[in-house]
Amino acid sequence: MYSDKVMDHFANPRNVGVLTDADGVGQVGNPVCGDMMTFYIKVDGDRLADVKFQTFGCGAAIAVSSMVSEMAKGKTLAEARAITNESVAEELGGLPKNKMHCSNLGADALHEAIKNFEDKRAGRAPAAKPDASPHDHEGEACACPYCDTALEDKGKTFCKACHVEFEECPACGGLTKKGDARCIACGAPLGKAS
Amino acid sequence: MRRVYLDRIAATPLLPEVREAMAPYLGEAFGNPQSLHSAGRRALEAVEAAREDVAALVGAKAPEIYFTASGTEANNFAIKGLALGQQARGRHIVVSAIEHSSVLNSVKALERQGFTATLVPVDGAGRVDPADVAKALTPETTLVSVMAANSEVGTIEPIAAIAAAAKPRGVLVHTDAVAAAGSVPLDVQALGVDALSLAGDQFYGPKGGAALFVRKGVRILPLVDGGIQEGGRRGGTENVPAIVGLGRAARLAARDMEARRAALVPLRDRLLEELPRRIEHVLVTGSRTDRLPHHASFCIEFVEGEAMLLSLDMQGVAASSGSACTSKALKASHVLLAMGLDHATAQGSLVFSLVDAAGSEDVDALLEVFPPIVDRLRRMSPLYTEHLKKRGS
Repeated sequence: MYSDKVMDHFANPRNVGVLTDADGVGQVGNPVCGDMMTFYIKVDGDRLADVKFQTFGCGAAIAVSSMVSEMAKGKTLAEARAITNESVAEELGGLPKNKMHCSNLGADALHEAIKNFEDKRAGRAPAAKPDASPHDHEGEACACPYCDTALEDKGKTFCKACHVEFEECPACGGLTKKGDARCIACGAPLGKAS
Repeated sequence: MRRVYLDRIAATPLLPEVREAMAPYLGEAFGNPQSLHSAGRRALEAVEAAREDVAALVGAKAPEIYFTASGTEANNFAIKGLALGQQARGRHIVVSAIEHSSVLNSVKALERQGFTATLVPVDGAGRVDPADVAKALTPETTLVSVMAANSEVGTIEPIAAIAAAAKPRGVLVHTDAVAAAGSVPLDVQALGVDALSLAGDQFYGPKGGAALFVRKGVRILPLVDGGIQEGGRRGGTENVPAIVGLGRAARLAARDMEARRAALVPLRDRLLEELPRRIEHVLVTGSRTDRLPHHASFCIEFVEGEAMLLSLDMQGVAASSGSACTSKALKASHVLLAMGLDHATAQGSLVFSLVDAAGSEDVDALLEVFPPIVDRLRRMSPLYTEHLKKRGS
């Protein structure tokens, strides 16, 4: 299921920990889909002098965080910002398809930490942290309600596996086939698609 | 490295006696049970002997047993076949919130055809209250389905009381006994159920050998249309080796059930008691009293199930989890959420289920390797860091 490289980073993650005197902190994810990552950075001039992370999540999430920390350490801020979730997955020798959405968030967490540092440096109030509480995602589907295939994060309006187009229930946020009269999750009536 | 297999709920090894019983039907005894000649008759006799053994395991009569290819198929057959068979009387179904996906998704499929369904909740131990089932019944209800035991939390459900609540209302009762059959005594007369699903791969039979009991006289529509096999209720040439294996496994389960239970319960109880003692912030999930004899399940707080499974596997231990990350769908277990656990806690789901070959040395091995794994993952976990901060202040 996982590449040797993923297993190596899972078993021996690099740069795990907390920087108590961090210049920037970034957090992404929530426990609903399974993964939560916190990145800490120490900046020297224009370079990431140190990068540490903590991750709650599956093997992929831990390996991704470890790889991001390794890729970012010693880099300039611009270079670190150029790291993408895709480039991390590639560096790890690929990730299972269904892990690309929920687990592959390491680069996002790093970028959040850099943004947090820059906000502080510019004297701006740090942007409000996205709420990482589970309720944030309550009712929001990570998977197709008909075939249970994981949905891609963008849009969540269509299941590639069973070719169903969804409508979001205004009452519970669950997904139902477009055009159906009632929500299959909570039974609330759905407006006809215009 | 010592291999410790604690994932009985995923698969059981084939018993040597079962394999031996099957062997001729993978070899010279290849006949089709529907053929008139002697090769066919030999296969037919084996299938009918297996039907007797399976019937005896659950207190049924042989003609009430229909062979299927899996527990999932048996559940599909029961839910769809019974609901469609009674739809002239009504189109409402009652099931528990913690049923297996083969039941829940069969119900969803019927809902798309205009049926309605009520999901009955469970308490914090995963137990269905028969009074809640009674409350959910409407004049339109034709079918109630509640599992005999849940494979994720090990809880055994009060099926007899549920059936007693439903029967006077003229409602059929099905129980998915895939997790329970072969491990705990089940008698369809005492339970009062009209249909019961079971699968041999849960009690040392082969994959592919499963069955549905349907009480004589109950109308059920076929799921697989075809020839005259299984009384015309399940078409398709019989999987003779798998059926023979299921039959032999059923016979052995009936004979050895009490001895197996007596050996497993102390090991299970040691796990249930010792793990929370050796690791902080561990919840036992499911019922402590009404519990499968081979089943110990937990939620380990602040860590995620898949990461624990991978770490255990590196140390030679096989277990399973209901965490979102271990399911391809990336959804947290509907069972744990229905029991009132929050998402973060449900992510730490872990199930250790014992095969009969397991001994106290297997439990010892687990108790030794597991605490350091949890410790390592917690030191990586932002949730645990947060917890320590809160506790410190």
